[in-house]
Amino acid sequence: MKRWLAGLLVVVVVAAALVAWLFFRSPRERPPQSAATRVSAATLRDPALIARGQYLATVGDCAACHTRKGGVRYAGGRSLATPFGNVPAPNITPDPDTGLGRWSFEDFWRALHLGKGRHGELLYPVFSYTSFTKVTPDDALAIFAYLQSLAPVRQTSEAPSLRFPYSVRRSLAAWRALYFKPGVYQADPAQSAQWNRGAYLVQGLGHCNECHATRDALGGLSPDHTLTGGQIPEQNWYAPDLSARPGGGLEGWSTRDIVDLLKTGQSAKGAAFGPMADVVRKSTQHMTDTDLEAIATYLQSLPARPAAEAAVSHVSFDRKKGAELYADRCADCHGVDGRGVAGIYPPLDGNTSVNEPTGINAIRTVLLGGFAPVTAGNPRPYSMPPYAQELNDEEVATVVSYIRQSWSNKASAVRPSEVSTYRHTPID
Amino acid sequence: MNWFVEPRSAVSRRASRAVIALLVACVPCAAVWAADPAPATVAQAAVPDTLQQRIKACTTCHGVHGEGSPGSGVFPRLAGKPAAYLAQQLAYFQDGLRKYAPMEYTVRQLSPAYMEEIAAYFSAQEAPYHASPVPSVSAAVMERGKQLVERGDSTRGIPSCVSCHGERLTGVEPAIPGLAGLSYDYVSAQIGSWRTHTRAAKSPDCMAIVATRLRDSDITAVAAWLGGLPPPTDMHAQPADPQKHTLPGWCVAAAGATP
Repeated sequence: MKRWLAGLLVVVVVAAALVAWLFFRSPRERPPQSAATRVSAATLRDPALIARGQYLATVGDCAACHTRKGGVRYAGGRSLATPFGNVPAPNITPDPDTGLGRWSFEDFWRALHLGKGRHGELLYPVFSYTSFTKVTPDDALAIFAYLQSLAPVRQTSEAPSLRFPYSVRRSLAAWRALYFKPGVYQADPAQSAQWNRGAYLVQGLGHCNECHATRDALGGLSPDHTLTGGQIPEQNWYAPDLSARPGGGLEGWSTRDIVDLLKTGQSAKGAAFGPMADVVRKSTQHMTDTDLEAIATYLQSLPARPAAEAAVSHVSFDRKKGAELYADRCADCHGVDGRGVAGIYPPLDGNTSVNEPTGINAIRTVLLGGFAPVTAGNPRPYSMPPYAQELNDEEVATVVSYIRQSWSNKASAVRPSEVSTYRHTPID
Repeated sequence: MNWFVEPRSAVSRRASRAVIALLVACVPCAAVWAADPAPATVAQAAVPDTLQQRIKACTTCHGVHGEGSPGSGVFPRLAGKPAAYLAQQLAYFQDGLRKYAPMEYTVRQLSPAYMEEIAAYFSAQEAPYHASPVPSVSAAVMERGKQLVERGDSTRGIPSCVSCHGERLTGVEPAIPGLAGLSYDYVSAQIGSWRTHTRAAKSPDCMAIVATRLRDSDITAVAAWLGGLPPPTDMHAQPADPQKHTLPGWCVAAAGATP
């Protein structure tokens, strides 16, 4: 018995020491400069490199986070909300004091590839280096050249305001041990060049998985569940599963549908709204057709998903009232058959955002309405009226539940209390 | 953080819907639609390729012709306001100068060109004014409101409303909005929002200066007087006065003093 206790004590002590080491070990010193990351000032001024970098920065949607509302692009200041506190995105214009003016490409590479700051400090993974680590040195160099070509803006970046222990940067060592594996994308020789390009964009710069997967309690992503959909923390939208095969969120989507949505914000299967509308407007609509087709090809190859269990509904709702509300408010545009009008009003029957597991997207869309994103392919989009001012929580829950359980839809019903919660989600 | 106004009652909602339907002079189709929602699939066959159809997100609250919602006082009249003013305000919602979650979400995905088109549409609308409810205030308060609107209060450095918003209070081209026809609730809420920094304009922000010089009781007085004014017959914004500077001296001076 005594021996057993002693053994347990040893295990506990070792475990505690390991945790302490993970939390508080010093970050490694700066690695010596390698040939791959040594570049001359002349290289950085190459207009062709800068132009390529501009395209890649758009693909990566860097400006989306690194720009304050109404602020100068890339000058930082947008505060990104996480369950652990807020992290303001820094200024990445080449201002020497407040931006990246004193950074070498080596510094930039270490941030993008290893998630470390200029002084070796560990960066918070709200900066998606978990994805950006896959970016090639060539592409990183082009992005760096582009950022260094911008007009410098003097705007001091605020410090993050995170709760303890997340406020201790070194605690990230433990997080990284669990969730971060650095490494440039390795092409799969068994796949086509197009597929590999798509995989590179989706997994790397596009950082799609940062939203389209479920995060655990520590904000980490499991390598076993990529692009399987998840609720975006704090923003309260659901980024759907991206498999186009049976059981997937994009089941039935053709390559054309995927390209259409990314290029114009609209497709025969659905429209971009919420955060994805931002992504389309700022990033994907500017991508080349070749890259969009590559992305679609890769997404088409994602595996089938296990069939969702039939929703066991513990929530009841008044189906007759739901049908009345639908006929009164929704059917004019989305049709009594829920099939919408191609290219104008998205179908609700079989729509992944209607049927996603949480019901958040349908609830918030009914509350907020809104426009599809303005894109070159859809410069004057149609819109949906908001109903927050017209329908109470119970009415919204009833019509959303009705839609989620009509035609071929078999998703769970939603509660008025959920509507009440999402009615108050701030718009960032 | 209560972003959305809960509906007051189904009755007032139906009443306002009915008023809007009448204003659209679309009584026959409204009647058919109300009687039988089933022919939706027929209507679907041809979605009108009109701006009016495209901007239902706007018109559901502000009215098909930008007449505003009479019952609530929350959704202001847009009809006839200078187009440049309306486009500018939409941009302010995008840039975070004006904060109202439903508007911020609605305008978020729009381009400057589309916002200008939408602004021009509402600016060109002619819709009758309708009276909105005014709280009962004393004659003295109304007198103070009239004074501030017509003459201002030089002792507090408050200019009159008419000095900028036009003699008829219908606004001045290109970008000063009309005040006639706005409800008590809306006017007092907006002046309040300048104080709480949920509404602003690019510098110099003249109304922010006025809002800090008004006493709470002044806001009530101005809003009550404006809310109770009979609507003018000619609701168009006045043309810009070439003799006048675009912005009044007191505003430029005050904004310059506190950059």
